Amino acid sequence: MSKLQEYEGPILEIDGLSISFFTRLREIPAVMDFSVEVQPGEAVGLVGESGCGKSTVALGVMQDLGVNGHIVGGTIKFKGRDLSEMSREELRDIRGNEIAMIYQEPMASLNPAMKVGKQLIEVPMIHEGIGEKEAWQRAMDVVRDVKLPDPERILKSYPHQLSGGQQQRIVIAMALMSKPSLLILDEPTTALDVTVEAAVVELVRDLGKKYGTSMLFISHNLGLVLETCDRICVMYSGEAVETGSIGDVFDRMQHPYTQALFRSIPLPGADKNARPLVAIPGNFPLPHERPPGCNFGPRCDYFEDGLCNSGTAIQMTEIEGDDRHFSRCLKFDSIDWNAPVAAAIQTQAVSKGEVVLKMDNLKKYYEVAANALFGAGGERKVVKANETLSFEARESETLAIVGESGCGKSTFAKVLMGLETATEGQITLDGNSIEQIPIEKRNTQTVADIQMVFQNPFDTLNPSMTVGRQIMRALEVFGQGESDEERHNEMMRLLDLVKLPREFAERMPRQLSGGQKQRVGIARAFAGGARIVVADEPVSALDVSVQAAVTDLLMEIQRAKKTTLLFISHDLSIVRYLSDRVMVMYLGHVVELGSTDQVFSPPYHPYTEALLSAVPIADTSVEKKHIVLEGDIPSAMNPPSGCPFQTRCRWKSEVPGALCEKEVPPMRELSNRHQIKCHLPEETLSLMEPVIKIAAE
Amino acid sequence: MGKFILRRVGVMLLTALCLTFGVFFLTNLYPNLEKLAKTQGNFRMSDEEVQTYLNNNGYLQPMVAKYGQWLGVLPGYVIEGTDGKVRAKCAERQQPVEEVDRYCGILQGNWGYSTVIKQPVAGIIVDKLALTGILMFWVMVLMVPAALVLGVMAGMREGSRLDRTLSTFSISTTATPEYVSGVLFIAVFASTAVGLKWFKGTATSAMDNVTFENFFLPVLTIAAYGMGYIARMTRASMAEVMTSQYIRTARLKGVSFYNIVVKHALRNALIAPFTVIMLQFPWLLNGVVIVETLFNYKGFGWALVLAAGNNDIELLLAISVISVLVVLITQLISDIGYVYLNPRISVT
Repeated sequence: MSKLQEYEGPILEIDGLSISFFTRLREIPAVMDFSVEVQPGEAVGLVGESGCGKSTVALGVMQDLGVNGHIVGGTIKFKGRDLSEMSREELRDIRGNEIAMIYQEPMASLNPAMKVGKQLIEVPMIHEGIGEKEAWQRAMDVVRDVKLPDPERILKSYPHQLSGGQQQRIVIAMALMSKPSLLILDEPTTALDVTVEAAVVELVRDLGKKYGTSMLFISHNLGLVLETCDRICVMYSGEAVETGSIGDVFDRMQHPYTQALFRSIPLPGADKNARPLVAIPGNFPLPHERPPGCNFGPRCDYFEDGLCNSGTAIQMTEIEGDDRHFSRCLKFDSIDWNAPVAAAIQTQAVSKGEVVLKMDNLKKYYEVAANALFGAGGERKVVKANETLSFEARESETLAIVGESGCGKSTFAKVLMGLETATEGQITLDGNSIEQIPIEKRNTQTVADIQMVFQNPFDTLNPSMTVGRQIMRALEVFGQGESDEERHNEMMRLLDLVKLPREFAERMPRQLSGGQKQRVGIARAFAGGARIVVADEPVSALDVSVQAAVTDLLMEIQRAKKTTLLFISHDLSIVRYLSDRVMVMYLGHVVELGSTDQVFSPPYHPYTEALLSAVPIADTSVEKKHIVLEGDIPSAMNPPSGCPFQTRCRWKSEVPGALCEKEVPPMRELSNRHQIKCHLPEETLSLMEPVIKIAAE
Repeated sequence: MGKFILRRVGVMLLTALCLTFGVFFLTNLYPNLEKLAKTQGNFRMSDEEVQTYLNNNGYLQPMVAKYGQWLGVLPGYVIEGTDGKVRAKCAERQQPVEEVDRYCGILQGNWGYSTVIKQPVAGIIVDKLALTGILMFWVMVLMVPAALVLGVMAGMREGSRLDRTLSTFSISTTATPEYVSGVLFIAVFASTAVGLKWFKGTATSAMDNVTFENFFLPVLTIAAYGMGYIARMTRASMAEVMTSQYIRTARLKGVSFYNIVVKHALRNALIAPFTVIMLQFPWLLNGVVIVETLFNYKGFGWALVLAAGNNDIELLLAISVISVLVVLITQLISDIGYVYLNPRISVT
């Protein structure tokens, strides 16, 4: 079976595409009047919040919408041929051969009971009819292309034997096996750590160039799109609202939603006091409750009654002078796009108070049986989840704890909360040590003092209890209020505090959106007047437009209540925006600790440097130094000798005598309370250049 | 792997000990012994005579002592009876007491003597087990492939007409107990009631010579019940696999539907039903009791009914030991097989 004939025009032309899902109740339009073009060798980014229909577009292109989904209008042409008119056999020839797809969850998209090699060679064997040997040879080449070490071994392993980053490389290799002309990437790096993400993104970009593949890159992350794509299409509630080249859309946006989106993400230069983020008011409309006229109307700052909600569908309009730049807005001509942000309220920085929480040489080791499934027996291994953590947190201070998965940040939170007890060292709260007291034995005051806001608001609320009841329950547990009536009033005050309408007390968690649920979680944490709040990735499960609102809320409560906030996150942009001090962790070690400015500017710890370089920033004026870490994070079960970071460190050669491999570096103080765990000599550190430079405007 | 099997065998033996003690305890309760004495002696024994008989034959020793002797870890009793005769547990017929072995439990290979069939238990067990083995073998041959095909066909397109038809079929077979389906089959296929005299209503002749005619009905009766159950499990597992992301990956790679089912889905879908199939063995033992009695096929189940009905303690105990072993060995095989099917689980 051969490829389609060479075709001169665009690889993919989507014109006026509408896709609906049909349920027993009604037709739910998921995508409406969507048009996009992908030229040969071009990468187009498709950006939007969850539920905006971007994945549906991808599945539409693959003609794989399931039983309920149907294309109700428009055409999808691939190399000039209408995909919806193709027979099943023709489609099968195209899938995997001409159009390949890379998915969000690499583990789930590989067959767990089939060796990786077999899954790879299948593709050319089906499409090109070549023999197993030749296909195997091809697989070896492609696996080498995606920069996996030891291809022979990788091809002979099962997916679960590979790490997340390796699995995603295999999925990419699988997509490239038949050298497709179009690659669809559906959030390819969302499940990966930042440093791994950076490496995968670089790989995709390079391979795209090498093979001349066109790409449709679906993501919610504007920074990633900036790094990978030539053109961008912003979607909102099933419609494309703005398309254009990266430069045009990022710098001269012509749609209020795009503008609002950019204002709600923390870019370098944003600051919680002087230049706070602007959240988009309101919520994303449900597909069957879209407003008349402009879908973004009810949340738009420039909304004009009678025009924006007049009921007729708004068409895309081309912007004169730009390269294929379209906007779906009736007022883009009359809006002053360069007007400064008006709505932001500036606040004063709060002065820090006394030290309330102090860690001293805290250690947490786990013993794990080597064979967990079939009972005890066999050797035991020690996992050093936390190694000698020492730091202080002051009243109304925000201390961010940053690191990739497996770095021990969640273990630390567990020890602090009392869900685990420490192996060694001390945690002192107001001078009393609490590290050995499990949560059941802590007194009510201590429990109420240290509270937590969790990552996933969907799982942390009891689904069968009303919101009000859950907050009242927390109040009861913390011994607040004398009677039910008092507690009820207090609960109402808490709802006010987190800016939820009081009617929400009677609602069930399933009736709330993600952001609203997270607000309930915050209200619950503050029910006992918490003085220390551990926020474990509190906004990473939320959409970009909601993230800003929840972050602001946390800041506001902190300001009012003088709370100490321990903000655990892997997202350096938001950390830079809201924290006072930052602690960087790697494999259980604190590698750098200092004020936000100190950590975000040189001298860096080599890991911090790589981390900063890995974070995609959605700002065309930012120049980043390009540092890609090789390999994966080592397993905590089997950490490298000496410095935990030595296996991936690019500065290792600067340290004489292979010291990095022999000794764990001591924590040393560089300048005013800026601590760093590295062997590098002072002179080398002082030569480090800043990773992020904002080009002069 | 070796260590794992050893550990499992240890657990198995412990379970077997506990279970046999349970059965031993229940069969050795006094009312049972009284009945035994009366069947062995005569039905008009007085209470005193029963006492004497039981005492002379070692039945009135403490329960644990009796169990130890049966097992062969305690020396068999030697009792001088009230009638002056010395009886030893280990004595063969007419054997002088002095020459008798000290130990004679199942550990020494002495399974006892059946009071109903009047033969050594070991011989009976071997015969009956062989007969039931033949029955089980044909049941498996019919049931497992049919159930898997049904399940996979139903599960590969969830909600389709094919799925609904096959699901209805499998639910109805599994909802019909053997004593209903067996009677139904006999009425329809083997009696004058319907007139289709295709098969024989009794499987007695199959004990010597298995033919399709005399063996199909008992096999079908047992298989039908298990088949529906396994098919349901396979269908659920298959349907879940078919919605998983790696199947979508395969579909969007351009793999044909046939190859998706056979190469990508099948192995993953068989992981769950495999355990269920292995669990069916003990269940089959249960079905065997009914079916063997119904079709008068004198196998293991038939012997169980006979032994239980006549309070044949030693036969009953032997049968329960064998049943326990069958259950535990199939579980061991199921665990090991699971490891081979599912590469994510390793025992080493």
